Amino acid sequence: MMPDLGKYAFAVLASYGVSLGLIIVLVSLSLRRARRVRAELDKVEERVKRHG
Amino acid sequence: MIALLLRDLRLAVRAGGGFGLGLAFFLIVTVLIPFGVGPETGLLSRIAPGVLWIGALLACLLSLDRIFALDWEDGSLDLLATAPLPMEGIVTIKALAHWITTGLPLVLAAPALGVLLSLPPSGYLWVLVSLALGTPALSVIGTFGAALTVGLKRGGLLLSILVLPLYVPTLIFGAEVARRGAEGLAVQTPLLMLAGISFGTLALLPFASAAVLRINLR
Amino acid sequence: MSIWEYANPVKFIRTTDRILPWVSVAAVLCLVTGLVWGYFFTPDDYRQGATVKIIYLHVPAALMAINAWIMMLVASLIWIVRRHHVSALAARAAAPVGAIFTVIALATGALWGQPMWGTWWAWDPRLTSFLILFLFYLGYMALWSAIENDDTAADLTSILCLVGSVFALLSRYAVLFWNQGLHQGASLSLDKEENVADVFWYPLLVCIAGFVLLFVALVFLRTQTEIRARRTRALLARESRT
Repeated sequence: MMPDLGKYAFAVLASYGVSLGLIIVLVSLSLRRARRVRAELDKVEERVKRHG
Repeated sequence: MIALLLRDLRLAVRAGGGFGLGLAFFLIVTVLIPFGVGPETGLLSRIAPGVLWIGALLACLLSLDRIFALDWEDGSLDLLATAPLPMEGIVTIKALAHWITTGLPLVLAAPALGVLLSLPPSGYLWVLVSLALGTPALSVIGTFGAALTVGLKRGGLLLSILVLPLYVPTLIFGAEVARRGAEGLAVQTPLLMLAGISFGTLALLPFASAAVLRINLR
Repeated sequence: MSIWEYANPVKFIRTTDRILPWVSVAAVLCLVTGLVWGYFFTPDDYRQGATVKIIYLHVPAALMAINAWIMMLVASLIWIVRRHHVSALAARAAAPVGAIFTVIALATGALWGQPMWGTWWAWDPRLTSFLILFLFYLGYMALWSAIENDDTAADLTSILCLVGSVFALLSRYAVLFWNQGLHQGASLSLDKEENVADVFWYPLLVCIAGFVLLFVALVFLRTQTEIRARRTRALLARESRT
């Protein structure tokens, strides 16, 4: 089922690799920061509620 | 307005920074290029217009952060902001002062440095003309960048990252005029475009710079 | 009921929280379908061979790299005119996404150019414009991270975005004038004659939809993050004052 890429295998595979890799890095960085910021906000809000 | 211009010019002359440093930098860059690419005359004379343009651009960039930095530190920028002069006027004067202290010497020095790079004889006039037309745009765009980064402690590097992409169109048309002039081709189209960019930025960018400066002084 | 209601950060977070899973799932679905379809089930081009498969990444990434900047421009304008914080933060959130898409477009372009033109890089107008666009993204992000006060940063970056847009357009024409290119013309024009063939066109459309949805999902997520980070800073500042 694998398509025969012939002599262009490197170009095609590297393109897919680079692009998908960059997208995955971007998404995971965004997700990680989202989680961290959300946790921090929850913590601070909890504290403010208790004291205030 | 004229008082402000004179004051800026006096300060620049007395501090000795503006002129000397920019010119010295321009000279050094031009001297370094042959060391980098080799002393072959044919090659040098081909790249000479572009090298002169890049050198002038970098020398211009070098002195940008001084446009507002000193006035910001001693608080005279706040005074200027409350003066009856509109902010747009102040910004234009600042850019003009920067051009007179940095841009104009560079323009005048360029033909002399052209000798070092064995610029073809037909090129001198056009290098001079293109720089004379283009450096005001560099000063005005640079003033915008300086206004953006005025309050920042490590603004110098950021300033160059912000300003250099904005310099691209000016550099392309300016260097194109100089190159075509040196090769004896028609220069009318890039020359008109360069003039358009210079006058366009001169007319519009002070409003953006003034807005930015107001935000930074808030 | 108007669109400006979403300028309220709480409302924005509540609404996007509801939409975000759907957009994300749709983005993944479209991307997987489009890329699998394009990679496994399309024939090779008679001139370009197997390298035509790069189009499914190259064209959508390039398209979205430009659209991301346009979106930032619109968001900056909304911030300048109507002072909605969500708008400024959305522009900030979109910048890294646009920058990454620009890198993808440049990288796939280089990999495509190597076998086709025999060179990784040529100073072709389109390539050069994209490089300049990338520099603008870098400057924009650098300015955002350099300024501490949030409102000042939002004001300055939105003005930079406006001025930058003008200069980016100017550079585009300057570069066109400066060098004639190797790059083929628009592959997506409505003019059928110069368009890509239908076999490549449908999976490409799906991929473009996937990239659009991915962009929307990422911007929603990152804008939420910025809103939360900002609220945290505000709460901490209030706490330290009392």
